[in-house]
Amino acid sequence: MKELALNSNEKTTQKQYMNLAKVNRRMTARLLINNVVKYLFFASTMFGLVILAFLMYQIFSDGLGWLSMDFLTNRLSTLPERAGIIGAITGTVWLMFIVGPVTMVLGIGTAIYLEEYAKKGKFHSFIQTNITNLAGVPSIVFGLLGLTIFVRMFGFGPSIIAGGLTMALLVLPIVVVASQEAIRAVPSYLREASYGMGATKWQTIKNIVLPASIAGILTGVILALSRAIGETAPLVAIGIPALIVPIPSSITDNFTVLPMQIYYWTIDSVLVDEYASMAAATIIVLLAVLFLMNSVAIIIRNKFQKRY
Amino acid sequence: MSSLSMSTEVPVKKETKDHVNKSVVYDTKNLNLWYGDNHALKNINLPMHENEVTAIIGPSGCGKSTYIKTLNRMVELVQDVSISGEILYRDKNIFDKNYRVEELRTRVGMVFQKPNPFPKSIFDNIAYGPRIHGIKDKKILKEIVEKSLRGAAIWDEVKDRLQENAYGLSGGQQQRLCIARCLAIEPDVLLMDEPTSALDPKSTLKVEELIKELKENYSIIIVTHNMQQAARISDKTAFFLNGEVIEYDDTDIIFSTPSDKRTEDYITGRFG
Repeated sequence: MKELALNSNEKTTQKQYMNLAKVNRRMTARLLINNVVKYLFFASTMFGLVILAFLMYQIFSDGLGWLSMDFLTNRLSTLPERAGIIGAITGTVWLMFIVGPVTMVLGIGTAIYLEEYAKKGKFHSFIQTNITNLAGVPSIVFGLLGLTIFVRMFGFGPSIIAGGLTMALLVLPIVVVASQEAIRAVPSYLREASYGMGATKWQTIKNIVLPASIAGILTGVILALSRAIGETAPLVAIGIPALIVPIPSSITDNFTVLPMQIYYWTIDSVLVDEYASMAAATIIVLLAVLFLMNSVAIIIRNKFQKRY
Repeated sequence: MSSLSMSTEVPVKKETKDHVNKSVVYDTKNLNLWYGDNHALKNINLPMHENEVTAIIGPSGCGKSTYIKTLNRMVELVQDVSISGEILYRDKNIFDKNYRVEELRTRVGMVFQKPNPFPKSIFDNIAYGPRIHGIKDKKILKEIVEKSLRGAAIWDEVKDRLQENAYGLSGGQQQRLCIARCLAIEPDVLLMDEPTSALDPKSTLKVEELIKELKENYSIIIVTHNMQQAARISDKTAFFLNGEVIEYDDTDIIFSTPSDKRTEDYITGRFG
């Protein structure tokens, strides 16, 4: 086709490959296909949105009426008009107090080791692959692990500490991977400057690498926590009680969390009609918490965006 | 005056007369370095002297940056590096098993190609070195910061904005800040890896003037792409080519009557 670009004198003698009349005849069909495809993709996008809107409508129309201060602060009761979710809220908060510190220490520690200390080699890529695989293990499997180790072997029972540790293991890969990415994003010339002045590795990590990557790390931790808040399966597996009235006051107490409360009320709604609405109201609370946490993560990320 | 020339097989080392009284800071003996299978430095032998500016010149990929990074063992940060031979810093082999690399780097400051201040205030940038070495007293830190910034000829420009982020400075100012940051740990030697290659001509001139002043108190080893710069500021010049030292001598000899044809070709701009 190069010939076309040459000067006109030559053009007349060259064989023409492009038949403009033919091209134009097919143009309409091509443009039509282009438009059809565009709307198909738009429809795919809208599908998810419509489902979400429908879900939201369902939940809010069902649950908003039940949402009140009393509902948030009352203890669990079999009488719908007296029942509240303070127990589940307290349990969720307790769970976070275990999951947060445990994943931070283990997750950031692992990430620092892998990025800063470990020699890149077969062992390194073996660990790396396994952490990635760990993120794909179904949560119920973590629940069985927690049941075997924390509940039975350590004898914690279905307590906050057992649930918290199980949940911490579940979300650990999220924190590790997010922290690794944040640490890797710190430019190597900053480390070199620090090493160049005789700083040790740990001094460099503490004074240069962590301050520069803390935003990314915290974002990862918050996202991990919001995943832990919504998980139900591992807690079902470790056998936390279906209905529990007392509010937990120490890490060895039995407990329940918001998604568990939703689960049991939904199941029992065949017995008591109001339970369905109470489950919906609890979902609203859970969604509000998740929305808040994700907003905080976004704010942190934007505020501490790379300044180097 | 005799020149110092060598081949891969038979290294010949001859000292020029005026070195008799100056003590050797760095002495490199039969240094070889490989990146994996790539033989990047071949049998380097170089003595470097106190209170002199030693320039290392050569075309891209000749190993000059690798060599200067070997002097403070920064090159080991790269994966898969193997080294043979010796580098004596003040008569001690820096590759000795018991040699503490942090100790070496405390005595040998390094200025990098691209200015690399920390994302901290100007004050904290300078105080970083002293702090990691255990100086906590605010009054002493203040004195060190002023002394170092004066030493790097940047005090007057930044004295009113010490608490501002160092990223607000211009490129040339950032590079002088990095030099000041090195001075803060009172080093013996300054290694400079193409310190002006990212700077405009005016800032380059300022840094060059600074190097000439610093020579009084420090031994300086500078890698440069710019031959005029080497001629302007250095006392000794080493010409590297394909990982070998082709010629090492007084700068005026290298630039007037080099003994190796390849040196002459490079200096007169026939390649590189």
